[in-house]
Amino acid sequence: MEQQIVKVKNKKGVRVIPGFGITMGVTLAMLSCLVLIPLASIIISASKLDFREFVEVVTSRQILSGYAVSLSCAFFAAVVNGIFGMVIAWVLVRYDFPGKRILDGMIELPFALPTAVAGISLTFLYSDQGWIGSLFGKVGIKIAYTRIGITIAMIFVGIPFVVRAVQPVLEKLDRQYEEAAMMLGAGGAYTFFRVILPELLPSLLAGFGLAFARGIGEYGSVVFIAGNIPYKTQIAPLLIMSKLEQYKYSDATAIALVLLLLSFVLMFVINSLQIYMQRFTKA
Amino acid sequence: MRKKILLGIGVMAAIMLAGCGKGSGSGDGALELLNVSYDPTREFYAEYNEMFEEYWKGKGGEELKITQSHGGSGSQARSVIEGNEGDVVTLALAHDITAIERSGLIEGGWIDEFEGSSAPYTSTIVFLVRKGNEKGIEDWDDLVKDGVEVITPNPKTSGGACWNFLAAWAYEQQQNGNDEAATKEFMKKLFQNVLVLDSGARGSTNTFVENKQGDVLIAWENEAYLSMQEYPGEYEMVTPSVSILAQPSVAVVDKNAKKHGTEEAAAAYLEYLYSEEAQRLAGEHYYRPSDEGVLQEFSSQFDLDMNLVTIDDFGGWDEAYETYFEDGAIFDEIYAE
Repeated sequence: MEQQIVKVKNKKGVRVIPGFGITMGVTLAMLSCLVLIPLASIIISASKLDFREFVEVVTSRQILSGYAVSLSCAFFAAVVNGIFGMVIAWVLVRYDFPGKRILDGMIELPFALPTAVAGISLTFLYSDQGWIGSLFGKVGIKIAYTRIGITIAMIFVGIPFVVRAVQPVLEKLDRQYEEAAMMLGAGGAYTFFRVILPELLPSLLAGFGLAFARGIGEYGSVVFIAGNIPYKTQIAPLLIMSKLEQYKYSDATAIALVLLLLSFVLMFVINSLQIYMQRFTKA
Repeated sequence: MRKKILLGIGVMAAIMLAGCGKGSGSGDGALELLNVSYDPTREFYAEYNEMFEEYWKGKGGEELKITQSHGGSGSQARSVIEGNEGDVVTLALAHDITAIERSGLIEGGWIDEFEGSSAPYTSTIVFLVRKGNEKGIEDWDDLVKDGVEVITPNPKTSGGACWNFLAAWAYEQQQNGNDEAATKEFMKKLFQNVLVLDSGARGSTNTFVENKQGDVLIAWENEAYLSMQEYPGEYEMVTPSVSILAQPSVAVVDKNAKKHGTEEAAAAYLEYLYSEEAQRLAGEHYYRPSDEGVLQEFSSQFDLDMNLVTIDDFGGWDEAYETYFEDGAIFDEIYAE
């Protein structure tokens, strides 16, 4: 996957592909209005606290436990999504079966469904009175109102990221590699781990990172299934909401800022890893 | 090149401005009045608005178009502070209106502007249990027993939940003769039995009614009635021996009303809530009328013998919030091991 950036200019300094000026202007305006300025306002609002207050807010025990719940659940959800998202992508790319198109389209439903609706229906299904939850309840596993429930909601909202990241790479993957591996005597597992997986890993990581980040910030679907008990099932975004309800805007944005930094660091690490690996597979 | 980039920015700005411009178009000449309220009053105000429009017209007032907005009481208050131009607010507790007052939109002294601390109708906190009341829940002390699962929202995110908390607190204080340490222990046990701490009162009702979680829901009396009405024969209401007089307050948002020229209509809109017809309507929607005479008409519906404390017994909302719900205050202590 080589990146091609159109830099070619003729003698007059005009780009071969037209429209750079206008599209760049639109891009800048969009990014500023929708991303940069709102993000900057978070920092400004949080900076109403002095440093000591800021640290006090974001390191209070309840807030720390909120981060821990959000991060751990989002991590597990992203791992599950990584594994099953790859399986789903594999099935959708490599096999033909009736209803494949419909199944393929359904992958995006979690994006389209309002998250509150998803949260309410997941809770309904997974509570110990619901269809699925009652089955697990018989063997003593509670899903709704526990961290398992939170993880399930995060899996639900994150799965499209992995599938859609892996799918195009898998489609482009030359089957001759696998055939060659087989011919050279590699077994199924060996071929998968040594030939296919290294090719998929960068895209898998990208999907994992997106699903992870989405899980950390997810509010709408999780609050319904979470139980929201302090120190147990209270997610960080809920703590932000509860600060807002108490009219503590700067506290809320302080927590949000830390969440934002955490996500940023995570995405940065994952992206670096991805670039590092791409260099590896190319060699 | 730079020109074209600027052109692009200009185009985007124009599109955004055009988009925003459409939103602020005004109506068809009728005077608009926006009532920003909280969740469970939806049905009541839908009927009351028609009643008031009629009354206002009869009094020779200009034509009115009343719209209503509902949501969690706290977030509704926040929306007004942040620029939702409501002319009147009718919220779940005075604390939320005080927050608007602090932003300067409402003039001080609003609480004495209308009778009964500006609470035209009241409610109280009761228990909703499943039919048969298997766990035999009669009073607050049954809620701390082992194996009883309680559903209530989080006081930090829900106004209604503050009333729930204070009602339980008042009960135990009366039982043990104001031994605060013992009451804290009692509240700790009570919240250990809480299975799901939803962020709002409607969320808790859903958890209890739709998802069938828990044995008892601590709820507003009017919400409990609504649930029983919707699912006849499935739930029972239990009135505890001690509870709190929940006073949903109303106020004119002075600055907005002045700006819209609706001051007179807004004040009349809230004043008329105290009329006999409106009081009766509130009773029909399971709110307790503040008018004694009308309240007696509903004596078979409401348990009028309950021992009700009021927020004044806690020193008013500001003090109560500071003592119980502020960060690091008693509610946080209960959850910190």
